[in-house]
Amino acid sequence: MSMAPEHAPTMARLSLAQRLAPWMPVLLVPLLVLAGLLAIPNTSSWLTLTVSGLAMGMMIFLMASGLTLVFGLMDVINFGHGAFVSVGAFVGVSVLLLLGGMTGAPSLALNLAAMGLAVIGAMLATGAMGWAFEKVIVEPVYGHHLKQILVTMGGLIVVEQLIIVLWGPEEIYISRPEALKGAITFAGAALEKYRLVAVGLGLVVFAAMRWTLRRTKIGLIVRAGVENGEMVQALGYRLRLVFVGVFIAGSALAGLGGVMWGLYQEVVSAHMGNQAMILIFIVVIIGGLGSVEGCFIGALLVGLMQNYVAFLEPKVALISNIGLMVAILMWRPMGMIPVVKAK
Amino acid sequence: MIKAVLSGDMPRSLVLALILGLILVCLALAPFLFPGVRTVDTAARICVFIVLVASYDLLLGYGGIVSFAHTMFFGIGAYGVALALTHLGRGFDAILVGAGAGALLAAALAFVIGLFSLRVRAIFFAMITLAVASAVAVLVSQLSGLTGGEDGLTFKTPRALGPAFKFGDELFGVKLNGKLLSYYVVFIGSLVLFLLMLRVVNSPFGRVLQAIRENDFRAEAIGYRVVYYRVAATCLSAAVAALAGSLYAIWLRYVGPDTTLSMEIMIDILLMVVIGGMGTMYGAVIGATLLVLAQNYLQNLMGVAGSLVDGVPVLPQLLDADRWLLWLGVLFILSVYFFPTGVVGRLRRG
Repeated sequence: MSMAPEHAPTMARLSLAQRLAPWMPVLLVPLLVLAGLLAIPNTSSWLTLTVSGLAMGMMIFLMASGLTLVFGLMDVINFGHGAFVSVGAFVGVSVLLLLGGMTGAPSLALNLAAMGLAVIGAMLATGAMGWAFEKVIVEPVYGHHLKQILVTMGGLIVVEQLIIVLWGPEEIYISRPEALKGAITFAGAALEKYRLVAVGLGLVVFAAMRWTLRRTKIGLIVRAGVENGEMVQALGYRLRLVFVGVFIAGSALAGLGGVMWGLYQEVVSAHMGNQAMILIFIVVIIGGLGSVEGCFIGALLVGLMQNYVAFLEPKVALISNIGLMVAILMWRPMGMIPVVKAK
Repeated sequence: MIKAVLSGDMPRSLVLALILGLILVCLALAPFLFPGVRTVDTAARICVFIVLVASYDLLLGYGGIVSFAHTMFFGIGAYGVALALTHLGRGFDAILVGAGAGALLAAALAFVIGLFSLRVRAIFFAMITLAVASAVAVLVSQLSGLTGGEDGLTFKTPRALGPAFKFGDELFGVKLNGKLLSYYVVFIGSLVLFLLMLRVVNSPFGRVLQAIRENDFRAEAIGYRVVYYRVAATCLSAAVAALAGSLYAIWLRYVGPDTTLSMEIMIDILLMVVIGGMGTMYGAVIGATLLVLAQNYLQNLMGVAGSLVDGVPVLPQLLDADRWLLWLGVLFILSVYFFPTGVVGRLRRG
């Protein structure tokens, strides 16, 4: 007869490190902000950089969220996502140029109304385009990553060229609406108004997205679909329709991000989507493909990192994001918040 | 004999064999058949791109891995030779040092990127290479002290490869000078590298790669370390791409971000692989030849077509020679859908 295994329950509380471990990704953002405070001698420039880093992060999040959700739900990797960013920016800027009277007036209400119209126009255009893109380009290559990458890349090239056909090859310069120009001073630091708006908008979109995913029925289906698509279909939901909806929503968000990004840089070009894709990919990989929360945290980290490093050592700025990605992948090879698939 | 040179991978189609033979003869005798600065330049470009596309096909067609950093490796090789010739003097030893160092650096970089991304998922590789390649392109244009920045570097190749060096009078009306030698360095280098790639993909290693492409899970189950093979393929392909870059630098006697590192070249490579045919080295030959020729000569035709429809709204802009990429993109998407095996696959099926 064998002895019963020795029963030695550990009653000790988990150590602080063990209890913190699950929260590490969330804590990384304040940690990075603190590190920035230590590295940057001047508090007011630190505050300015933090706000612009957060603003940049929020805009990247807007652009990247659709990509990560589409991947999580349908295992579709869309290299043409940047096309929506460009198209959104061009449509938005065209609307703003049309509404020159409203953006030129020094009234906040009129300016915000013009911005709102531009954003709505851009989101409608990119949403419609997302629907067409899904039908024409993505649908025939479901379940085939290699072809998806090639075909969506081809789609990106075509859309970029069509933008040049429609809007001409030159970059379009655009100035921000009158009331959003300039900066306000807070605690000795100059905070650009536009960046504050971007931070606010990003937070609202993130909250709305989280609420939709966590509190509504459609969100439940989407989350269940990410985890186990076949099971959701077996329960009688047409996941295909849900997916098309998510794709359209993701494209529209990329369009929104494109408008914000275009106004942030005050210039739009046909290649801006392609350039944004680089940051988007870094963010999505850092966050864990398919995870919206991971994407949010990743975007903030990248935005902050880029701004801090650009201030301290301008030449290293772009490499710093690659370095961040490498560090995170060494720590968690699947990204910070990996999506666990029930297979 | 031919079978041994081609590593047993015969064209398996009469038309394909004839086309390949024609391309080989034209490239081998290009300076004599088509004398002229521009045509010989086109021929050299075709040679270099055949090697570059073949090395990319090892990854994409045989390994099933999409990389967007291939121009980076190409550029590393080109800048390796350029820097060596600038700093070590204009000798053949400098070329060897530069090409060797470039190939080693490219392989090492590919090894690191591969280890980071391929051990998790193959699609990570596509995204990470895109990010790294663009970072390197920006870095190269910023480190202008070393790389010449946006202007690039102009440098001197060994005297024997320059137009001032003469080793005879004339042969069939072609001046026997260093430029001719330089072309044959590029041609023979490309031929050797291409045959080497053909040897690799028809070796047991190539077979394992194909197995992994078809079903990586099953390949792992049979006992092949998938990560090991994928990383090895990445390194090999990067080294060959760097060598192709070295040849290109020797030919152009100039390197710059636009000629070696730009995203446009990456898109060209993708188009060449897909249109020629993925998963066969001969696809690289056909794709590179078709596309380089089309770029040099068809673009003019598009300009003519554009001027024909002058006055019709939008159409002239669509047919403008600068919108060339638009139609290539459409062609690219269509060929991925309908001819995933490309021209070579079509011809082989008869």
